[in-house]
Amino acid sequence: MQVEKFYYDNKIVKAFGIATIVFGIVGMLAGLWAAIQIYYPAISLNIAPTTFGRLRPLHTNAIIFAFVGNSIFTGVYYSLQRLCKARMFSDKLSWIHFWGWQAIIAAAAITLLMGITTSKEYAELEWPIDIAITLVWVIFGINMFGTILKRRERHLYVAIWFYIATWVTVAMLHIVNSIAIPVSLTKSYSWYAGVQDALVQWWYGHNAVAFFLTTPILGLMYYFLPKAANRPVYSYRLSIIHFWALIFIYIWAGPHHLLYTSLPDWAQSLGTVFSIMLIAPSWGGMLNGLFTLRGAWDKVREEPVLKFMVVAITCYGMSTLEGPLLSLKNINAISHFTDWTIAHVHIGGLGWNGFMAFAMIYYLVPKMWNTELYSKKLATNHFWLGTIGIILYAVPMYWAGFEQASMWKQFTPEGQLKFQFLETVTNLIPMYVARSVGGLLYLIGVHMLVYNIYKTMAKGRFIAEEAAEAPALVKEKPHKEYWHRILERKPVTMLVLSLIVVSIGGLVQMIPTFLVKSNVPTIASVKPYTPLELQGRDIYIREGCYTCHSQMIRPFRDEVARYGEYSKAGEFVYDHPFQWGSKRTGPDLARIGGKYPDSWHYNHMYDPRSMSPGSLMPQYVWLLDDALDTSSTPAKIRAMQTLGVPYPEGYDQVANRDLMHQADSIAANLKKDKIETAPNAEIVALIAYLQRMGRDIKLEKKPIAENIK
Amino acid sequence: MKFINYLEKVSGVDIFGLSSLLLFFLFFTLMLTWVFKTKKKSYDEISRIPLDNN
Repeated sequence: MQVEKFYYDNKIVKAFGIATIVFGIVGMLAGLWAAIQIYYPAISLNIAPTTFGRLRPLHTNAIIFAFVGNSIFTGVYYSLQRLCKARMFSDKLSWIHFWGWQAIIAAAAITLLMGITTSKEYAELEWPIDIAITLVWVIFGINMFGTILKRRERHLYVAIWFYIATWVTVAMLHIVNSIAIPVSLTKSYSWYAGVQDALVQWWYGHNAVAFFLTTPILGLMYYFLPKAANRPVYSYRLSIIHFWALIFIYIWAGPHHLLYTSLPDWAQSLGTVFSIMLIAPSWGGMLNGLFTLRGAWDKVREEPVLKFMVVAITCYGMSTLEGPLLSLKNINAISHFTDWTIAHVHIGGLGWNGFMAFAMIYYLVPKMWNTELYSKKLATNHFWLGTIGIILYAVPMYWAGFEQASMWKQFTPEGQLKFQFLETVTNLIPMYVARSVGGLLYLIGVHMLVYNIYKTMAKGRFIAEEAAEAPALVKEKPHKEYWHRILERKPVTMLVLSLIVVSIGGLVQMIPTFLVKSNVPTIASVKPYTPLELQGRDIYIREGCYTCHSQMIRPFRDEVARYGEYSKAGEFVYDHPFQWGSKRTGPDLARIGGKYPDSWHYNHMYDPRSMSPGSLMPQYVWLLDDALDTSSTPAKIRAMQTLGVPYPEGYDQVANRDLMHQADSIAANLKKDKIETAPNAEIVALIAYLQRMGRDIKLEKKPIAENIK
Repeated sequence: MKFINYLEKVSGVDIFGLSSLLLFFLFFTLMLTWVFKTKKKSYDEISRIPLDNN
């Protein structure tokens, strides 16, 4: 048999690895900054780009797509070459992928800070960037499949299946969720509205966690854990079951993010049932990882790489047990909209994703620089500091979540709400401080990694082209085989099968919800937003108000008492995109309209603490000065008409007349309270939107019989 | 807002629930059957792939 000589490309691995570390630090700094703002609002510097509402999306996007994204590519580019016994398909594609991805990250950072956002969580980037992501993702796919097709190893190792499923599912999720009507280069409206938008968004959001933060990392686990422990995975059979069960079940569970909302009940239940089933494959995977170390725990004592992996896999197990529990309606009623969710995602983010990335970097750098790690002791210290950081982060957040929810739900014996909303937040300040200390410790740990890695690189010599040899793949004589053995050799079949498996869950949820669109009981009194309100709504989106305020009153006694009538699906039919939110650091706003006078909102935006002492909200002083860009109104009205919002024909041409009319009346109203403002100030539009919210159903005509009673 | 109200208007909606359950059942039965029918020896071979080189 002819043995072929070839070279592994380590340069691309190095590039992605360095990007991982750099963007990890950037993303964590943004997180720390945002975390401090919650108890010390002045640190927002009172300028728009650094307020919590813009910094929080920057943090989440940087961590998910820049830090974890680059770490995935680091691991895939390293392991795929070795598992296929082949160099990457095309160096050119590798580098287009690398620079394309970094350019997207830079564009994301700039646009998010500018307030250019779709407001759909973890999919905030506007449509031109969405298209760029699609292109770069396709390039990554071609490069990956090219490599798989020219491989010298007949069987596709389980890690590669996870990579394939990741690629195809992320492509599907990204495209379906990003469909929007562009208004301009920097603004678009989601194609879906209200309930449907929420369903698609959380189908995406949940599966972004599944197929961007979980499956690729599991692929890395199945490669790097056996490598680091120098023994094969505990049960290969279990890994096959793990793979198929996980990708089949995960995709159905999205609606558990929308429990007790206006989403149809059957869809909520579907989400719960599949979430509970998810425990099985997730724990199968965790145990498979931990059992791989059976009889090798002495190595864990010595080797920081394994220490990081053990905690990472344990955190994976913890959050995949917690996730299904949070999907139970009775637990979700307490956890949702509180810091409990924040604690949950950070067990996954800091523990599973972060520690796997660190383990991989500590493993790869000595290998590629052909040397030993500069200091195992320093790495072990990093491990301990990181672990303490995670605990110090998570425990206060669990506490805060549980405490806040309990305070929300307490009534006095007279039947009044016991606590003002603000009290339930200010009460948590010590917890918020502790959380940021935990985050800080974790970040200090990363700097220890930087130093250690730098020293390791300095003492070794980088092997850019790693020589390897393997016999070429020859066509095998056909003989009887089991289907999975055949599948393991057919990457394209694998791709198609994965796609079918993951589409089913999405289709079963979406088709009924979309087919019945005309049947979502439209409430006759719910009317489209006026042009000024629409502009105000876009300011609400731009400033990221949804990061702290929900617009979804759940049918609970305390929420109805606090905020008013619970939210109905029919109220959101013109909401492109929906603004239900996922966290209440501030109160729900679904029925804020008419609750306070215009002047209250004006003063509150100028300085929230003047209206509600102790408030944690940032100041929005620029809204008082900046002029509203009314030139965009006609295009916005036309886009809404395309989406089926019933504005009269030709309304785009006269919309600005109505807009100014409404603005003048709000300005006049403010003047009565001795506030002088230009009618074209942004604040006026925002007030118009806030005052409209949740009022439409109050205009609904009640049946006469009910009135008599 | 009960879903049943809409369902009556989507013709043949029963097929959704029924086919989902069937699919789910078939999927796992097929997977588990084949996974357990495959010989352990062949799995041992494949699981050593990451350890084969460097």
